[in-house]
Amino acid sequence: MNRYSWFSVLKEGLTGHKGWPRAWRDPEPKPAYDAIVVGGGGHGLSTAYYLARNHGMRNIAVLEKGYLGGGNVGRNTTIVRSNYMLPYSTQFYEFSLKLWENLSHELNYNVMFSQRGQIGLFHSPAARDAAARRANTMRLNDIEAELLSREQLMTMIPHLDYSASARFPILGGILQRRAGTARHDAVAWGYARAADRLGVDLIQNCEVTGILRQGNRVTGVETTRGTILAPKVGLAVAGNTTLLTDMAGLGRMPIESHKLQAFVSEPLKPLLDYVVAFALPGGHFYISQSDKGGLVFGGDLDMYNSYAQKGNLPVVEDVAGCAMALMPCLGRVRLLRHWSGVMDMSMDGSHIISKTAVEGLYLNTGWCYGGFKATPASGWCFASTMAKDEPHELTAAFSLDRFERGLAIDEKGQGPTPNLH
Amino acid sequence: MLRIPCPFCGPRDHAEFTYLGDATVTYPPIDSTDQRAWYEAVYLRDNPRGPHKELWQHVNGCRMWLAVERDTMTHEIKSATAAHPGTRAALAAETAR
Ligand SMILES: Cc1cc2nc3c(=O)[nH]c(=O)nc-3n(C[C@H](O)[C@H](O)[C@H](O)COP(=O)(O)OP(=O)(O)OC[C@H]3O[C@@H](n4cnc5c(N)ncnc54)[C@H](O)[C@@H]3O)c2cc1C
Ligand SMILES: [Zn+2]
Repeated sequence: MNRYSWFSVLKEGLTGHKGWPRAWRDPEPKPAYDAIVVGGGGHGLSTAYYLARNHGMRNIAVLEKGYLGGGNVGRNTTIVRSNYMLPYSTQFYEFSLKLWENLSHELNYNVMFSQRGQIGLFHSPAARDAAARRANTMRLNDIEAELLSREQLMTMIPHLDYSASARFPILGGILQRRAGTARHDAVAWGYARAADRLGVDLIQNCEVTGILRQGNRVTGVETTRGTILAPKVGLAVAGNTTLLTDMAGLGRMPIESHKLQAFVSEPLKPLLDYVVAFALPGGHFYISQSDKGGLVFGGDLDMYNSYAQKGNLPVVEDVAGCAMALMPCLGRVRLLRHWSGVMDMSMDGSHIISKTAVEGLYLNTGWCYGGFKATPASGWCFASTMAKDEPHELTAAFSLDRFERGLAIDEKGQGPTPNLH
Repeated sequence: MLRIPCPFCGPRDHAEFTYLGDATVTYPPIDSTDQRAWYEAVYLRDNPRGPHKELWQHVNGCRMWLAVERDTMTHEIKSATAAHPGTRAALAAETAR
């Protein structure tokens, strides 16, 4: 399989683009592997890649019930940042951001990581204090952060509503310059291609329907394409987590499945250079402009438990209201598409990367709204957990038993209310 | 839009309601020191794909708490009753009259 380079682009350009080979194989599942990763989303694919790259495990497979990247990794609003508050989250997401910075080279695939900067707006003196505290926390962790005045914002993002009658008067913002966006599909495809090149079997249309155990040890999985044996099985199925942990007999989980919608407008000329977000009681909104010119934006969950990948109208109205409050110039812009994904909302708003009560069975879940930015670090740490059968130092605190031990990691201080994280 | 048949107000758009979550969770008695029981009630959920019994409050209507049976895959709503057993009984007695 050839490497992508300026030379290959030039050669193919001159020869009619007839020589591009397919990006990854479509193998039949083998009867047994050394390890199986369930779920061909961002986290499953990056886990498989790092299992092969960092731990030399080549006889492994990713099992995906639909097509690679058809879940949340292909449905998110692509914001990547590391502006967290609690030490465990800060260190984990900053490690992830560092992996993002070299990801296109690492994978030999252009994931279009664009460090355009992310700005969180604030609208009250109390929110300004909170933003200052966040910026200081970030700096103490060696992550740069800047506070922006209203005047600075007016030159950087002139199209926001700075008028006296603004619904949410803008006092300023907090900026992380190294934050930004990436092309979500390219992240899935890049990890898939790179894993395939290291010998990983990527098996699509293969739904896991049962998890095989012998006593307290996992021995493999039942799938719609037959039984596949493996001494190690890692679950990275996002909103479907409970269905899989039920199959394994792990008992109830600190997880609820909820749906989150996202929206993209018709393409426009360059209008918005940064990722802009705000969250306050009564409004939650984030927006950026894709390289194709579409404005990509979203808001809150639909709030009620759901496994349906379809959104409901009140949120459409809510998000449209937020968009108009922030950028009244969007009033005549038409919506191109809108869709929804099933989120793995955890009880403390943080993720779980963990061993389980069943030997050889590992769990990766609880990503809430924010798992896209975690894709590289999640795969890195989950692969290490699976290969070494012990927690990685960056995710040891994110164990499944933290709730029972009273060690929840609640960034927002929201309590055990999954839909409010 | 979901339509919730409020037993007090009739069918209403779900935008008039707020959602709390799983209605089958019961907390241990307030003076219980059983850590395991508290952990299970506070943190663990069945999270089914299919029929789900859940609590909604009709905040922009009669303000009553309702127990609603809804399918989490199809969003079909099977029933809605008063969440509090006493209110449920009183309502039943009232409608029987
Ligand atoms: C609308 C929206 C906006 C978001 N915005 C952001 C954002 O701006 N920034 C950010 O960081 N995060 C964001 N997220 C969150 C992020 O997308 C997710 O946290 C992350 O993608 C989840 O991990 P994943 O990629 O592995 O999930 P997925 O891509 O959902 O992968 C899970 C896979 O498992 C497969 N699967 C399920 N059951 C089975 C089975 N039985 N057998 C085999 N395969 C199975 C599914 O088909 C799926 O492909 C957003 C999410 C949504 C929905
Ligand atoms: Zn009512």
